Amino acid sequence: MAPRALAIAAALALAVLTLGPVGVVLARAGGFGAFGPGDWQALRFTLWQAFLSATFSVVLAVPVAKALARRRFAGRGVLVTLLGAPFILPVIVAVMGLIAVFGQAGLVNRLLGALGGPNLDIYGLHGVVLAHVFFNLPLAVRMLFSAWAAVPAEHFRLSASLGLSPRAQWRVIDAPLILRVLPGAFTVIFVICLTSFAVALTLGGGPRATTVELAIYQAMRFDFDLGRAAALAVMQLVLALAAGLVALRVAGQAGFGAGRDRILPRWDGQGGLARGWDGMWIVAAALFLLVPLAAVVLRGLPGLLLITPDTLRAAGHSLMVALGSTALCMAWALPLATRRGEFLALPAIAISPLVLGTGLFLILRNFVNPFDMALPVTGLVNALMALPFALRILRPEAEAVTRDYGRLRASLRMTSLAWLRLVWLPRLRRPMGFAAGLTAALAMGDLGVIALFADPDRATLPLQVYRLMGSYQMEAAAGAALLLLCTSLGLFWLFDRGGRLGAEA
Amino acid sequence: MLKLEDLQVTMDSGTLRADMALVPGRRVALVGPSGAGKSTLLDAIAGFREVAGGRVTWQGRDLTHVPPQARPVSILFQDSNLFPHLRLERNLGLALHPDGRRPDAEARARIEGALRRVGLDGMAGRKPGTLSGGQQGRAALARVLLMARPVILLDEPFAALGPALKREMLDLVREVADSLAALVVMVTHDPRDAEGFAHEVVLVAEGKAQAPVAVDAFFADPPRAFRDYVGVAG
Repeated sequence: MAPRALAIAAALALAVLTLGPVGVVLARAGGFGAFGPGDWQALRFTLWQAFLSATFSVVLAVPVAKALARRRFAGRGVLVTLLGAPFILPVIVAVMGLIAVFGQAGLVNRLLGALGGPNLDIYGLHGVVLAHVFFNLPLAVRMLFSAWAAVPAEHFRLSASLGLSPRAQWRVIDAPLILRVLPGAFTVIFVICLTSFAVALTLGGGPRATTVELAIYQAMRFDFDLGRAAALAVMQLVLALAAGLVALRVAGQAGFGAGRDRILPRWDGQGGLARGWDGMWIVAAALFLLVPLAAVVLRGLPGLLLITPDTLRAAGHSLMVALGSTALCMAWALPLATRRGEFLALPAIAISPLVLGTGLFLILRNFVNPFDMALPVTGLVNALMALPFALRILRPEAEAVTRDYGRLRASLRMTSLAWLRLVWLPRLRRPMGFAAGLTAALAMGDLGVIALFADPDRATLPLQVYRLMGSYQMEAAAGAALLLLCTSLGLFWLFDRGGRLGAEA
Repeated sequence: MLKLEDLQVTMDSGTLRADMALVPGRRVALVGPSGAGKSTLLDAIAGFREVAGGRVTWQGRDLTHVPPQARPVSILFQDSNLFPHLRLERNLGLALHPDGRRPDAEARARIEGALRRVGLDGMAGRKPGTLSGGQQGRAALARVLLMARPVILLDEPFAALGPALKREMLDLVREVADSLAALVVMVTHDPRDAEGFAHEVVLVAEGKAQAPVAVDAFFADPPRAFRDYVGVAG
């Protein structure tokens, strides 16, 4: 057990750093009179795109998850693992990949052009929804997929021995399962998409495709209207809190589908039509996820030669931010790895990075030039954002260590320090490595609060990619994006691997 | 003398009562149907469970509200008796230095000696996962030897071992306990363990831990509750 004083200090720091900025935002917000018609438009757009994104993600997830759950094929394990990858994929990298495939000069348009079809435009509502589906379809698939994997094998045996028709099996097993999982999946994805900033920044924009988060950024950076930014931040806060409360009710114990991967022997769907149908969905999903990533790699390789000192400096900043975030998040997570601590960290989910950033900006400007604090603030905000995930990973394991060895510890009269050093930390190596890897990758790829604070001297790598894109240096941007992809995945791999090495059962 | 004076412990299925005195140097077996509260009683003696009433005393000293780490007791659990990521030397070293510092030359010599006593000569560098179940039991007993506390509690630590190996381990327990002149209280669901090992038997059944009975007398004329449970168990 970590010393109590440490846990209290961590909890206090958490409370001050989340509630403080929110309090400042509330005090600064000028009331709803500050909102122009554009702001209400942003609210409508935020809700509408989140609704569309969640709908497409869950509807498309059903056939993909069903196919994955009942087919064995080469590369299946890799595909299932890849479904977890979007979580640590930097948004800007995915956006680059999607532009390479669906953009003006992208693969799809070239194909359509050759066939004499229409020309697609990725910017605007459908681009935002497309990117959100790219990120969240895998999440929905994983949630459904683990529900299917958790169905007792006897149900399928029984269904086979009863000779149930496909329609009957659908009604008895599949449909109830889908109805149980889907509302939770929909709500979780809806909430995630409500706080969309980087996607809206890169693929949206303009009066018809601005989210509230993006509007906060624009009010701060373009209009320098702090009152309106604060008012918008309150709007976002109310939105996220309301949606978060609904999500807690609906999603409940739905979990994130990080669960098991087992293939149950099944006797249904042996016909050619069913095989073809499942195969089509698996291929389509794999292409949808893999082609944009492959495009990032292929286009990025020549771009690597165009990496400038600026880009390298930005990469250095990002590494510092990522490592700082990781250290901070772990220092927070370890003393708080209890049920109560996890509860304390819940508000961090509802408070979006831009809201927190606005609050910190308002506080800091009383003391320093906020732009000087761009990197520390980015590190802090990312640590806060990653904390709920880190606790979700660490808490059950930390409790298991105490449950399994607490009595032995007492019987041996071990001191707190010996317990911490010899038992607690070594036993938590694996989950710590995994949580640290996630935090580092998230912070490395984050394009959120840094956009609020950045000046030309203090870019992070994701922001640098965005700036290169904005100045139409697409090849240099592609190189920087590949560098970002490699460092993000590399950091995750290093930490996760470090946790596994020498961690024995 | 370990005295349980009108002790009451709350369990899921009701209250367990115990009133008895156990003599240092003796080996006592707790027998009875599963769920009757054998392990609960052991936990109460070790301090892992709050008691609802009564007292636990050792040599006249009241232990009732003393935390587990301050009791003159070492305990072996059903499992997780060794930290799997630490070498035996570090695992055993914790008995000598609860602050976890690396054992010095003198401590290492004592650890080696304890390992030799239990037949694990030269295994100090091994991790528990590389040992057999019997060897892990021996290592845990070596640590009990080093802890050198006057009361040894055994919560069926050898239940997973085969009969011959279990007999061997119990012989070893006897040796260790004799060398420490310690009181041993052992939970077992197998009456044969009690017959070969214990001086006295305590029957835990129907919400009550009976007073200890000499082992011969107990098996010559088993109480009804014991016959019922053995009969049902086959």
